[in-house]
Amino acid sequence: MSYIYKTLGCCVIAALAVGCGGTDSSKSAEPSAPAAAPDAKKVDAGTAGNITGKVVLEGTPPAPTTFKMTSDPACGAGEGHSESFVVDNGALQNVFVYIKDGLGNKYIFDTPTEPVKLDQKNCHYTPHVLGVRVTQPLEIVNSDNTMHNVHGMPETNREFNFGQIVAGMKNTVAFTTPEVMIPFKCDVHAWMNSYIGVVNHPYFAVTGTGGKFEMKTVPPGTYTIEAWHEKLGRQTQSVTLGEKDTKDITFTFKAGA
Amino acid sequence: MHHRYATFVMLCTVLLIAAGGMVTSTGSGLSVPDWPTTYGWNMFTFPLKHWVGGIRYEHSHRLIASTVGLLTVILALWTWRVEPRRWVRRLGFTALGAVILQGLLGGITVLFFLPPAISIGHAGLAQLFFCLTVTMAVVTSPRWKNTVDPVDDAMLRRVAAATTAMIYVQILLGATMRHNDAGMAIPDFPLAFGRLIPPVWNAKVAIHFAHRVGALFVSFGILATAAHVFYHHPRRMELTRPAFFLVILVMVQVTLGAFVIWSGKNPLINTAHVVNGALVLGTSLTLTLRTFRLGFERLVQPIVQMSPGRNPQMHGARP
Repeated sequence: MSYIYKTLGCCVIAALAVGCGGTDSSKSAEPSAPAAAPDAKKVDAGTAGNITGKVVLEGTPPAPTTFKMTSDPACGAGEGHSESFVVDNGALQNVFVYIKDGLGNKYIFDTPTEPVKLDQKNCHYTPHVLGVRVTQPLEIVNSDNTMHNVHGMPETNREFNFGQIVAGMKNTVAFTTPEVMIPFKCDVHAWMNSYIGVVNHPYFAVTGTGGKFEMKTVPPGTYTIEAWHEKLGRQTQSVTLGEKDTKDITFTFKAGA
Repeated sequence: MHHRYATFVMLCTVLLIAAGGMVTSTGSGLSVPDWPTTYGWNMFTFPLKHWVGGIRYEHSHRLIASTVGLLTVILALWTWRVEPRRWVRRLGFTALGAVILQGLLGGITVLFFLPPAISIGHAGLAQLFFCLTVTMAVVTSPRWKNTVDPVDDAMLRRVAAATTAMIYVQILLGATMRHNDAGMAIPDFPLAFGRLIPPVWNAKVAIHFAHRVGALFVSFGILATAAHVFYHHPRRMELTRPAFFLVILVMVQVTLGAFVIWSGKNPLINTAHVVNGALVLGTSLTLTLRTFRLGFERLVQPIVQMSPGRNPQMHGARP
């Protein structure tokens, strides 16, 4: 019966060979943080300016996806709504805006040691989109009286997945490489997701009420500003900032684009 | 009794495949982040109150898998004790090895965040293990042992074996599609982006389209096998019955595949597609094994001679 075992062996090899078909590589990785140049200096607040702006959505936003949260009584018996499109009079919230390019390695920035908080409350991540600095602590808290798993799915940083089994549990993680964006999800509650932008400088913001954002104390220079939305993708604009200058820019995403 | 038990293990394996299908269809594969423990608990003492959301699917899958593993240990030992045919005894232990390897692959894929290679290997080995349990159930059956005049049809053997192999490859393609998140890469059916051939191509579209083309080949193979059986061996119930079911099952399978697309990958339909795919494979394998019955018959003689301590008549094996 040796041919039976040969056939079985071939099948196992075939299964593993097909499995080696690879993963989705459609997302491009962010470049690693450049090391500061020897003559790198702190930003001179006396000459720095501000970049402010707004993100708007043209067209009718899609109706929010609804989902039932009945699979876990602790989440409530009602329906939830996706937070992908939070739009108020055309102003789009939950857009991550940051300086993508232009700072180079000319500046030194102190990394904050106070943690940024990501809460799990009522079986939702709060906030839905946030930004942290490279190596800055990200404190993940379970405020729900149920179990969550916290599954971070970066492409250039290290992936992780851990459980938080009771309310009040906290875990702290940090990322070593810039990456915009890192999806977070809870596999226990399939509707729970969040996105974290990791950058190596302080010039980032998440649009809130009115779709507005603001980046303060930006040194003079020419920058590429990127706006990221989880469904609508990315847009960039070039901005040249003079000394003590303030530039106001608008990103316009089109619904259904 | 031994045959009934082997059949029971086979049916439990179908249940296990269904549970695994629900895990992937609901995206719950990582809802329990640790392995072999469950959120730090021993798997068997994990409190029922914590079976919420995706944990229900993943933890149920682990428990059913453990049960099937235990059942396979018993099957291997029982077979070793009562079975006079050495190759069947070996088959029992091969199944045991396969289920152990399958459990390890399941654990590894969780600990490494579901890498497609490991997850597809897990899915492919699941079907191989199922094939082993089907084989155990078939070759321990009274029908198999008491066959007086096995069919000797070389063409049927070739067609049936090729069809079974094609079905397995098609299942691997399906697993590759599933674990690379390409299930909706082509969002319409029966056309592809409104055309017969997709106008846009990337890796996901390619693997998805390959699965659809594979379905055509498999359907053709099954129809060819069934036509051969009904034309050349219409009175051989041991062949016409699985051939008939094979045709029915493949029609159901294509229909379920269509509904997977039309429903936007509804987890229940998705799982039904996975389970029915296993049934297509198992049925085709059963038919194939029966076409090879004569070959197995020839193999019994030297094995019995090599096992003087066993009485083949006592266990119903043909000398």
